[in-house]
Amino acid sequence: MTPELPLSVLGLFGEAFEFIFNEQEAQTGTVMVGGPEQVLELAWEQLKITAYALALSLVVALPVGVWLGHLGKGEMAAVSIGNAGRAVPELALIAFMAAVIGVGVVPLTIALAVLGIPPILTNSFVAVRQVDRGAVDAARGMGMSEGDVIRRVELPLAVPLIMGGVRTATINIVATATIAPLAGVLTLGDFILSRNVYGDEGVLAGAICIALLALALELALAGLQRLMTSPGLRLQRA
Amino acid sequence: MTEPLSVLAQVEIRDRGGDASCEQANDLFCPGWAIENFDRYVDPTLEHLVLVGASMAAGFTIAFALALLAHRFNWLSTPFLAATGVLYTVPSIAFFFLLLPITGLGRTTAIIALTAFTLQILFRNIVTGLNGVPGEVKDAGRGMGLSDRQLLWRAELPLAVPEIFAGLRIATVSTVALATLAVFANGGGLGVPIYEQIEFKTNIIVAGGLCMLMAILFDVALLLVQRALTPWLRVAR
Repeated sequence: MTPELPLSVLGLFGEAFEFIFNEQEAQTGTVMVGGPEQVLELAWEQLKITAYALALSLVVALPVGVWLGHLGKGEMAAVSIGNAGRAVPELALIAFMAAVIGVGVVPLTIALAVLGIPPILTNSFVAVRQVDRGAVDAARGMGMSEGDVIRRVELPLAVPLIMGGVRTATINIVATATIAPLAGVLTLGDFILSRNVYGDEGVLAGAICIALLALALELALAGLQRLMTSPGLRLQRA
Repeated sequence: MTEPLSVLAQVEIRDRGGDASCEQANDLFCPGWAIENFDRYVDPTLEHLVLVGASMAAGFTIAFALALLAHRFNWLSTPFLAATGVLYTVPSIAFFFLLLPITGLGRTTAIIALTAFTLQILFRNIVTGLNGVPGEVKDAGRGMGLSDRQLLWRAELPLAVPEIFAGLRIATVSTVALATLAVFANGGGLGVPIYEQIEFKTNIIVAGGLCMLMAILFDVALLLVQRALTPWLRVAR
């Protein structure tokens, strides 16, 4: 195969789509690989592990970020964790968790949550912190309890920024879930990491599916953000 | 993947007659091994620097040009934001292999994918910085007889420096971390030693630690450059 020629460029992409839609014999022979069934199964695994890690990140980071933002305390901690989180090298993180805790869904979920927690924590802190103090005072004046202030005033106004953090976290997590096979969980990344089994067409097919999966998730979350943003805020922007 | 480690372990067993050394037991961190073998991380660190430096330079040049265009022609903002958003969302590791039929694998492919990742962060911050310049400043500049170009370079861009550098810092730190994945594109960098002995904890800690250290140093360096470029902010404090 000569990748320099434009025709063969189309050729490999064509073979990749062939790989996605039709099962074929593996490079190593004997077993059948590819086809919609395997692609969907691995995509589903990647989605599942992403959902687990995102759920864990939300459970840990959202209450802490919102509460600190409500109190207006811990700005240094909330912002530093966000900054430090970006510096964590993905490959070292997954390898470290697998070597120290072990392989499997649980250590992988924890490792991926390490990437998801920082943006959600920082964004939810900033989101609640920057809510107009006048609106909060007005809510207190109406006799709302602290819980009501958070639930009915601060959170609705903080939705766009919080969702920004959730989207960053999701992109980080789903992207890194690509190397999940290194931690013993087979995702679409297996097509990429096991080139000797799937061949170049399998690798390219994996890359196409991963890119589509990430873009679909991002679009879905953008839509969710629009649904969750209160109509009043949307009106304000327009 | 496990081969280098098991080979190493066998040699150790023969040499030391079954003495359970730190690296054989794969303890959390073996300082002795790390000091003795530190030289093997020098080349990957330099490669990592090249990956990050080249990606950031290319990313900033492109994002800066796009931002100036969007600043001049407002309607370009939305399509540029959407396009860079797609490039940001596509996972770098998938990007490497999408480029496989076009550029093959290697350092260039890794740099292209990392560059694509940085564009949105940089573009968004440069545009936000330029849009945040107060109208009075622009009016004053025009009143002094500055042309549009002079206004941009002498008033708007200097005032946008803090926002631009905030973007540079975020993008650079993220790229240093992300560049560990370049090993899958045969692009070199600190991901190579990690991947070669992926079960050896000391190795992961040394290579991962070097990576985080590099991110911190870049962050501090960029902060210092920003301070040097905005002397008026220090006076104001």
